[in-house]
Amino acid sequence: MNFASQILQYLLSGLSTGAIYSLIGLGFAIIFNSTGIINFAQGEFVMLGGMLTYFFLSVVKVPFAAAMLLAVITSTATGVIFERLAIRPLKQPTHLNLVIITIGGSIFIRGLAMIVWGKDTHTIPTFYGSAPITLEGATILPQHLWIFGITFLVIIINKLFFFYSISGKAMRACAYNRNAASLVGIDVKRMVLFSFAISSSMGAIAGMIAAPLTMTSYDVGIMLGLKGFCAAIIGGMSGGIGTVLGGMILGVLESMGAGLISSGYKDAIAFIILLLILFVRPQGLFRKAETERV
Amino acid sequence: MPSMKKELLTFFLFAMAVVIAPLFFSGGYLMNVLVFVGINTMLAVALNLLLGFAGQISLGHAAFFGLGAYISGVLTATCGYSPWLTLIIASTATSVLAFVLGFPILKLKGHYLAMATLGFGIIVYIAFNETVDITAGPSGLTGIPNYSIGSFQFDSDTKNYYLIWAFTLVTILLSVNLANSRIGRALRAIHDSETAARVMGVNAGFLKVQIFTLSALISSVAGCLYAHTMTFISPASFGFNFSIELVTMVVVGGLGSIYGSFFGAALLTLLPEFLRTFQDFDILVYGLILILMIMFMPGGIVRGIPEIAGALLPAFKRTRGENA
Repeated sequence: MNFASQILQYLLSGLSTGAIYSLIGLGFAIIFNSTGIINFAQGEFVMLGGMLTYFFLSVVKVPFAAAMLLAVITSTATGVIFERLAIRPLKQPTHLNLVIITIGGSIFIRGLAMIVWGKDTHTIPTFYGSAPITLEGATILPQHLWIFGITFLVIIINKLFFFYSISGKAMRACAYNRNAASLVGIDVKRMVLFSFAISSSMGAIAGMIAAPLTMTSYDVGIMLGLKGFCAAIIGGMSGGIGTVLGGMILGVLESMGAGLISSGYKDAIAFIILLLILFVRPQGLFRKAETERV
Repeated sequence: MPSMKKELLTFFLFAMAVVIAPLFFSGGYLMNVLVFVGINTMLAVALNLLLGFAGQISLGHAAFFGLGAYISGVLTATCGYSPWLTLIIASTATSVLAFVLGFPILKLKGHYLAMATLGFGIIVYIAFNETVDITAGPSGLTGIPNYSIGSFQFDSDTKNYYLIWAFTLVTILLSVNLANSRIGRALRAIHDSETAARVMGVNAGFLKVQIFTLSALISSVAGCLYAHTMTFISPASFGFNFSIELVTMVVVGGLGSIYGSFFGAALLTLLPEFLRTFQDFDILVYGLILILMIMFMPGGIVRGIPEIAGALLPAFKRTRGENA
């Protein structure tokens, strides 16, 4: 394999992990924009997406498509229950309390997953096809194409929902100004619940499409969640294209760094980028040009 | 705000209890646990200065603890320095790092500060794992000597108990003093409203960096004590989970309550010992404790239990009155 095809290989695999980070990042941004909460439990829904698909497929033994659907539904229900039981009843919703309570929630969900499914790593089969496709000396798996396709589809549906449905428009109104939204008759609390439902289902989809390539276990949520947050920060917490680009940049940088520098420091790269961006451009990379908050 | 005299009396009683405690718990294993209660109390008090007083969250405090432990551990085990000398080197180096890092990181607020400190903690953790030539990597660093004075070795749990608690008591006294000083009041002002504090002439930016540095300094000293008590350290003790555990201790004990931090640390150190029968359930319990504490007792156990008792007692009296 020559150098050019090696770079192409890193680029392709970087873009596919980047797509996953984008989906997780969008989940962060959606909740943040409608509530001002950074949901530290976001990563756990990614874990649930993968683990529940494995569970329904291999333990309950339902067909693949049904397993995926059930996994997304269960994760979404978990997100909704989490909002109702832990976030909504909070008497003093200060930043500090919200950070601590969402961390508590994430530990709880992770602990529960560990007790139910054990500490083993599980795998789920690729969606369709497993023969590698060769492209200019680089290889790509059909699963990568699935990841690109599904991510693209989710982003499009997301856009359509936020711009053309009443609920989506109401949620955008909450993001701009919650008091004003409630004055024109929007049920803000319901919108908060919606945002948790949407972002947990997006997290679950991300976890599900990544699991055939990366394997899944009870503790994958921490790292994936943090990387997703990183993507959202690069994108300036935008609910749209900013975060998607952020995820792609992060994925590619990480894969190049792992390939060309050292794979041991792969995870550190994301956090160094995170710190640099927070220090230098806390508003995100493309704040002026692209960002519009959803 | 209790008077200084009252504070000193409380401290004196607490110190007496610490001194005589080993007489009741001399049975080997529990002494070992009490040594850890001491180290964790130091860490929780250090984090409380930042979290409870200044209202600035850190999800990466295990990194400062780890830096203290690793700098001191490597310099003694590999380079053969005296542990007392490395205590100074390690705490100074960690403080300088915290001071330099403090300026950009404490400009951030709320969630962003939480994520930035978390990111810092993970970078340090990865560095412990990957610099195998220096730290011996994930398998851990062995052969760290105990502290000694002349020919007297701090090699038993009881000896280390007194050594560590001496440091812990000094930390508590310093913190109580700080909390009742002009700086303590300034910090609480920052906690309530940074803008208001600035308007009142508090140099909020610099003060936050100073308290962050002090907190890192105490944590790194605790790290040194840990390394030379255990004589073995591995990166797993200084990861994200431990940072969260420290936050839990402070929250359980009560934000801004120094002795609360002791109760939080003691509870969370003893709890896994009791939960051992449940094996892996302890992580679940941590999560649940965090959620329930924030929901029902946001002031921590030290303030929460009297509050609940205060709420229940009149009701109890009323029912008794009705019955009579």
